Amino acid sequence: MDSRSETARAAAEAAARQSYGKLVAWLAARTRDVAAAEDALADAFAAALERWPRTGVPEKPEAWLLAVARRRRVDAVRRRLTSEAGREHLKLIAQEAEARMTEEDLPDDRLRLMFACAHPAIESSVRSPLILQTVLGFDAATIASAFLVSPATMGQRLVRAKSRIRETGIPFRVPERAELGERLDAVLEAIYAAFAEGWSDPAGTETRRRNLATEGIWLGRLVASLMPEEPEALGLLSLMLFAESRRAARRSAEGDFVPLAEQDCLLWDRALIEEAEALLSHAAAKGVIGRYQLEAAVQSAHAARRLTGRTDWVAIQELYDALLSIAGSPVVAINRAVAIAEAEGAVAGLAALYVLGDDKRLDEYQPYWAARAGLLARLGQVPQACEAYDRAIGLERDPAVRRFLQGKRAVLRN
Amino acid sequence: MRYMILIYADEAAMANAPAEATYQMSAAYGAYTEALKKSGAWLAGDRLRPSQATTSVRVAGGKTNVLDGPYADTKEQLAGFYMIEAADADAAIAWAARCPAASAGTVELRPIWELTEYLSEK
Repeated sequence: MDSRSETARAAAEAAARQSYGKLVAWLAARTRDVAAAEDALADAFAAALERWPRTGVPEKPEAWLLAVARRRRVDAVRRRLTSEAGREHLKLIAQEAEARMTEEDLPDDRLRLMFACAHPAIESSVRSPLILQTVLGFDAATIASAFLVSPATMGQRLVRAKSRIRETGIPFRVPERAELGERLDAVLEAIYAAFAEGWSDPAGTETRRRNLATEGIWLGRLVASLMPEEPEALGLLSLMLFAESRRAARRSAEGDFVPLAEQDCLLWDRALIEEAEALLSHAAAKGVIGRYQLEAAVQSAHAARRLTGRTDWVAIQELYDALLSIAGSPVVAINRAVAIAEAEGAVAGLAALYVLGDDKRLDEYQPYWAARAGLLARLGQVPQACEAYDRAIGLERDPAVRRFLQGKRAVLRN
Repeated sequence: MRYMILIYADEAAMANAPAEATYQMSAAYGAYTEALKKSGAWLAGDRLRPSQATTSVRVAGGKTNVLDGPYADTKEQLAGFYMIEAADADAAIAWAARCPAASAGTVELRPIWELTEYLSEK
């Protein structure tokens, strides 16, 4: 496929997902029955994904989907309809929405749908998949392959979560100010999880996972546009855009892993960096600091190298200090130790790492062993460094990163 | 929607609690019940006698088996219940969290499976 038809396809898909998500959200918010809402629109959505790339996006995409859905339903009744509820839903939306759509757009209930999907009564590991399915229309198999579980398992989890929304009476609403913080965190976390799954395949060799990073950003943009005054929503989008801006620099022409410090800044996407910077300063102006803003600020400090030619590790260390105090995790602690090593030397960095040594979760955490190996190597402690590299290599699932670590280890031996 | 708030507590601990603590607990439940009633959410609610008063009944082969004791032996025992009316899960969770047992034991929240829904889902 040439790049122009690729662009047309992407645009059509994006429009189809926009309209589909809005229709599902509108229906589900009124009935709490997500599965039936999806069911009512499934055929029409599939038809849109197939047709719009060739014909272009219709002028009223939602009306188009609705018309096709109704036609398909008539066919389906002849074939003995599978879902009564789906048909009821279609009637509801046809009656209420059509009149509205001649005048204006359908109200956007996708935010309410996302809050329902990320409700505390929904198991946390299924929140992100649930959002991808209900808001973007991904099928269970695609989501399963991205999250590395079997399609049958993922399908079951999604079905169960949707019945749970309906049966336990989980509301479709944006929480009140008082409880918004925690609940918005859950939504942002689910979006970030989708992005992170895609991000772990930087080469984009697995198309589905690369798409997941794009979809994470898409969802991040959606939330930021629907809640433009929420600093953490802006912070998350900024963070994802900073990371995305480096995609092209993360692998060499030969497909080898390139660590951040050795990346060619000219390969970074300047437009994305500028957008990320603008979002971050807009968020900071609200005066409420948070985890995502701090992580985005770390990224901003790294991105500054394109202008100054150097990295301000002291500033980065301070940001990680702040992160550790509001959202401490082993991951943050390791990144902080690496920053300390750059700012104050390998001995100080290693000391910060050793403090974590008791945490059992780190036994199988690759970045811990990679960081430890790198610092030991810098101090000339070759046998211990080799041992740590071995642990890191054994834990790494990306072949390019594995090759990189093996290369580092081989150099030590000589 | 109607929800059932099921209260689980450690009977042994309750039996051994000093009189002062028992009195305070009763007062807390009284206030909670009053709040439920005032808001219009209260549908029903009562305390249950301890599980030593439980009788399990099972009919098999035309014969009625009556067993002394509860259906399941658990660390915490069903001690009481409320049935409430709430707009959605958030409202019901808010009521459950205010129940004195939520701080002292465990509260289970279950939606009532309304007959009309049951029939249309089956």
